[in-house]
Amino acid sequence: MSNPITKITPNAAVYFDNDPQDELITLNIGPTHPATHGVFQNVVQIDGERIVSGVSTIGYIHRAFEKIAEHRPFYQITPLTDRLNYCSAPINNMGWHMTVEKLLDIEIPKRVQYMRVIVMELARIADHIICNGILGVDTGAFSGFLYVMQEREFIYEIFEEICGARLTTNIGRIGGFERDFNEVAFQKISEFLKRFPPVLKEFENLFVRNRIFIERTSGVAAVTPEEALSYSWSGPILRATGVDYDVRVVAPYCSYEEFEFDVPVGTKGDVYDRFMVRNDEMWQSLRIIEQALDKIAKEPSGVFHADVPAFYLPPKEQVYTNMEALIYHFKIVMGEWETPQSEVYHAVEGANGELGFYMIHDGGRSPYRLHFRRPSFINYQMFAPMSSGMLISDAILNMSSLNVIAGELDA
Amino acid sequence: MDKLDNKLVLSELENRFRGSFVVLGEPHGLLTVSVEEDIITDFLVFVKDHPKLRFNYLTDITAVHYPTEEKDFCVVYHVHNMLHNVRLRIKVFIAGPMPTIPSATSLWNGANWMERETYDFFGIVFEGHPDLRRILNMDELDVFPMRKEYPLEDPNRVDKKDFYFGR
Repeated sequence: MSNPITKITPNAAVYFDNDPQDELITLNIGPTHPATHGVFQNVVQIDGERIVSGVSTIGYIHRAFEKIAEHRPFYQITPLTDRLNYCSAPINNMGWHMTVEKLLDIEIPKRVQYMRVIVMELARIADHIICNGILGVDTGAFSGFLYVMQEREFIYEIFEEICGARLTTNIGRIGGFERDFNEVAFQKISEFLKRFPPVLKEFENLFVRNRIFIERTSGVAAVTPEEALSYSWSGPILRATGVDYDVRVVAPYCSYEEFEFDVPVGTKGDVYDRFMVRNDEMWQSLRIIEQALDKIAKEPSGVFHADVPAFYLPPKEQVYTNMEALIYHFKIVMGEWETPQSEVYHAVEGANGELGFYMIHDGGRSPYRLHFRRPSFINYQMFAPMSSGMLISDAILNMSSLNVIAGELDA
Repeated sequence: MDKLDNKLVLSELENRFRGSFVVLGEPHGLLTVSVEEDIITDFLVFVKDHPKLRFNYLTDITAVHYPTEEKDFCVVYHVHNMLHNVRLRIKVFIAGPMPTIPSATSLWNGANWMERETYDFFGIVFEGHPDLRRILNMDELDVFPMRKEYPLEDPNRVDKKDFYFGR
């Protein structure tokens, strides 16, 4: 096949510094710059400290997940989703499980749904404290970041108790969880609910009315709701502009409709508003976890997965002793089950916005086509256009507050 | 304001585009229609700006490759009406080897990278796109890797094995 690329736009250098009269400087920010918190390259033209124009180059850690997913059975795709937004991997895992369950019409017991809500909200807190902490670091306030790091560690300990892993969790299975939350996990969740609020309060005190922080962030990179919607923004940064779009409320999954929580919105869509929206969302997440614990206490204990033997692996000891379990195990691992030919789009509210899974299934072992709607990828495309006219230091803050995660950006 | 649902969407579409679109079904409650590529821009403008429909949020653009079909590529648009939480899936079937379709960048700024990604992986040319370049793959790549004829690399190949680092 002839190379069609040359027919369109040949990829050339972005800027040329040939003109001796030209007083603009071309600067590469990234790909591995400490201020970008990930592998992002931005080639910018600067006039003094002000950015005139910029171009983002992405794809440095592209791993072809969509292609790999076309060759894997459903349960082996879960570890791929871990590596999208690795700051809140459980949300991705749950989103993927729910997509498959939607395809297969699997009804999930209430207790499992509440367990999932707990895991997802913990992940959201872990993601938001990183983002807000890093934003503080970029404005020159290091202590807040270190202070909340300990709590993130505690959340990871809870994940460790639930599934054994910390960062790339691969948590849960299609149909539920691989095992019940143990006593220690419940204790740790309750302990987290007690110890985190004072820490978050103190973290707030460091920033919310801190004059240096406000002057660095207020009015920086303000975005109107119209612009944000046109760029298909979602998540906290969209809510910071004043649009109250939250997938958990608009299209509830996992029984979110039973929970009472507020959707914080901002007014100006600047970096300060994004910080505040994330901050308030952490308080709301705490509320949700508290309610979920109460609800779990009312449900029959010991239920941690749906009764779908055709898709949920039986316990290993039964495989060795029980004929039926052996057959199910074999059939699941070999991909022998009938699955419906259908297509499904399922969205969850990821830490960065609407995380969507679009799957076309032809009834085979693996999806015919799986597409991830990655909020970081879509949110980030406005970064270069909106940076023109900004100071470099403001653009760095803007990038931190978008909370672009390289894994999710590049898939 | 009436609650928007799939039936209302369909009747509004019938009023304007009778005969030029096909309803493909409602898998899991998501209305799916297919239109021809020559009216896709009109169609998108209509569903975006119609006072009752207002699908003004572009959720996603992607593509699918069906190598055995006559029209072997399918561009899929997901649009969303946030107020009523109604989604609409619009499919456009087009034929290769370098299929072309009008760009949606004039309607949504967010379509820019979504179309670049689709071009990068499927080789679908979006006409009128301001900056149609590869986005995630390297610039020198001369294939479109998500097409079905390109297999995954053999995981058992040994020629790339390194003594210290494995593969």
